[in-house]
Amino acid sequence: MKRFRAVYIIWLRDLKRHFRDRARIVGSLGSPIIFIFILGQGIGSTIGQNLTAFGANIDYKEFMFPGILGMTVLFAGVFASVSIVWDREFGFLKEMLVAPVPSWSIALGKVISGATIASFQGCLMLLLAPLVGVSVTPLMLAQLIPTLFLVSFSMTGMGVLVASRLKSMQGFQMIMNFIMMPMFFISGAMFPLANAPQWMDTLSKIDPLTYGVDALRGIMLPDIPSRYPFTTDILMILAISVTMLAIAISAFSRQT
Amino acid sequence: MSAATPGDPVIGATPADPVSQATAADPVIDADRLTRRFNGFTAVDEVSFTIGRKEIFGFLGPNGAGKTTTINMLCTLLKPTSGKATLNGYDVVTQQDEVRQSIGIVFQDPTLDDQLTARENLQFHAMLYNVPPGEREERAERVLGMVGLTERARDKVMTFSGGMKRRLEIARGLMHYPHVLFLDEPTLGLDPQTRTAIWQHVHELRAEYEITVFLTTHYMEEAENCDRIAIIDNGKIVALDTPGELKHGVGGDIITLRSADSAATVKELQDKFSLEGTVKPASADTSGPAGDRIYLEVPSGRTLLPQILKNIETEIFSVTVREPTLDDVFLGLTGKQIREESVDKSDLMKTHIRRRRSMRGTR
Repeated sequence: MKRFRAVYIIWLRDLKRHFRDRARIVGSLGSPIIFIFILGQGIGSTIGQNLTAFGANIDYKEFMFPGILGMTVLFAGVFASVSIVWDREFGFLKEMLVAPVPSWSIALGKVISGATIASFQGCLMLLLAPLVGVSVTPLMLAQLIPTLFLVSFSMTGMGVLVASRLKSMQGFQMIMNFIMMPMFFISGAMFPLANAPQWMDTLSKIDPLTYGVDALRGIMLPDIPSRYPFTTDILMILAISVTMLAIAISAFSRQT
Repeated sequence: MSAATPGDPVIGATPADPVSQATAADPVIDADRLTRRFNGFTAVDEVSFTIGRKEIFGFLGPNGAGKTTTINMLCTLLKPTSGKATLNGYDVVTQQDEVRQSIGIVFQDPTLDDQLTARENLQFHAMLYNVPPGEREERAERVLGMVGLTERARDKVMTFSGGMKRRLEIARGLMHYPHVLFLDEPTLGLDPQTRTAIWQHVHELRAEYEITVFLTTHYMEEAENCDRIAIIDNGKIVALDTPGELKHGVGGDIITLRSADSAATVKELQDKFSLEGTVKPASADTSGPAGDRIYLEVPSGRTLLPQILKNIETEIFSVTVREPTLDDVFLGLTGKQIREESVDKSDLMKTHIRRRRSMRGTR
């Protein structure tokens, strides 16, 4: 149990930092809001309603909302865990690395704190659901929050993995353009994957966000046929999270 | 006293030295042929030394000499390529957590979280180092008071100046009552006033916490504050002794004379004392009276000077006697930045080493 103390300390510090930084809390909601209310509105008005590909008679904004939730969690989660790179640049990582705590506990602490922050940001987005026309019942909420946390967990695991290889924040732009953006678009967040070409379909199967978005959409929009059964989604996310976590911890422990 | 190995020009402390006797009995750090190579480059080369409890031990050397690499090995951040070291009785490779619990470290670059307040930084550290919850507040107050930051405890670190950050880091390093405090270039980039203040803290905390301080520096004048100094160059310890002994090893004092007739004085010195005086014309930027200056290197300036003054017939205007500085020692030992006097000094040093070794009976 003593070993897990460091996990808690690191979690506590990151949360303190996050909640003290109002600008970041609000700022990270910026792009999801723009996506929904500008892009979503625009595309929605163009294609109109009753799109067969969606499998149900709904507004595009509604279809998109769970996807944007996934995006929020993806960006907030990766960004929170990539703060390891900031810690390295500003020296604080050294304070943790030289403390009498195992390095896996530092990595695990970062993953859990990142997941907490990302799911908190996701929950903030849920407040916008009524504006989009999605009704969230308490039962949905009880399913959504753990799912959000699980999806966040797999994203932050990836973030820590990336951070242990990233020596400076300058490389983050690359990660953003070549990992995070493709993950987001291929996941089916913005459009149904039913009519996607083969290569995209294949890629989407190894994209953890695909299962996350599918699960979130399954909970929020039960009318739309899901790509996979809910249990499959959750099991896939779990499997990916655990794998990511294991790789991230070993990568983090090997660095320095 | 195991610092000297055959073939290494290491000067040990004299047996009468109380600090090194304590070292032999109960070393808090014992490094034995510690070596670290990076891709064929040897950063630290078979470095051996022992440090006693409550000692202030300095690593003096130019940038890139291997000071930080040695610290990183001693504080378990870096594994030695070969050799071994114990700290507070724990092996730095196999007993990492015990070693880490025994040490406090202030790195060259700040490692504070500047989004958190000073007190939060201390609290965080206390949690990481298993300080009992009931004692955290009290200890934080105490160390903050010591470094004069009580008033700023609730301010975010980002508002602190460089000197305040360094002081806070020293305070933080003390939170878990370590046995050894490592200070890597503790005064680098700080103004002279803050430097003096930090040294004052170092001496205070030794008195108050009974702590061993291991520090690196490349400021010669700072090294004088240490009980013992290891001079390190190109990854090797080239000398290890008290500052006094090291300077003594240079072999003498420097006397500067100004007289009515320099040439005549030099001749008199040569005839009566067999001393080689060097005449240097006063440069325009030298303050003080104009005229040539005569430089003499003598074994003991204080005893020789009265005799010189008594026996020289040329009128002498002014005299100064200067003890050698660690600067002189360093230059003499490493031959870097060769100045006029350094060649002689390195020779003197070598004979001095030989003399001491034969006296001690080299192993």
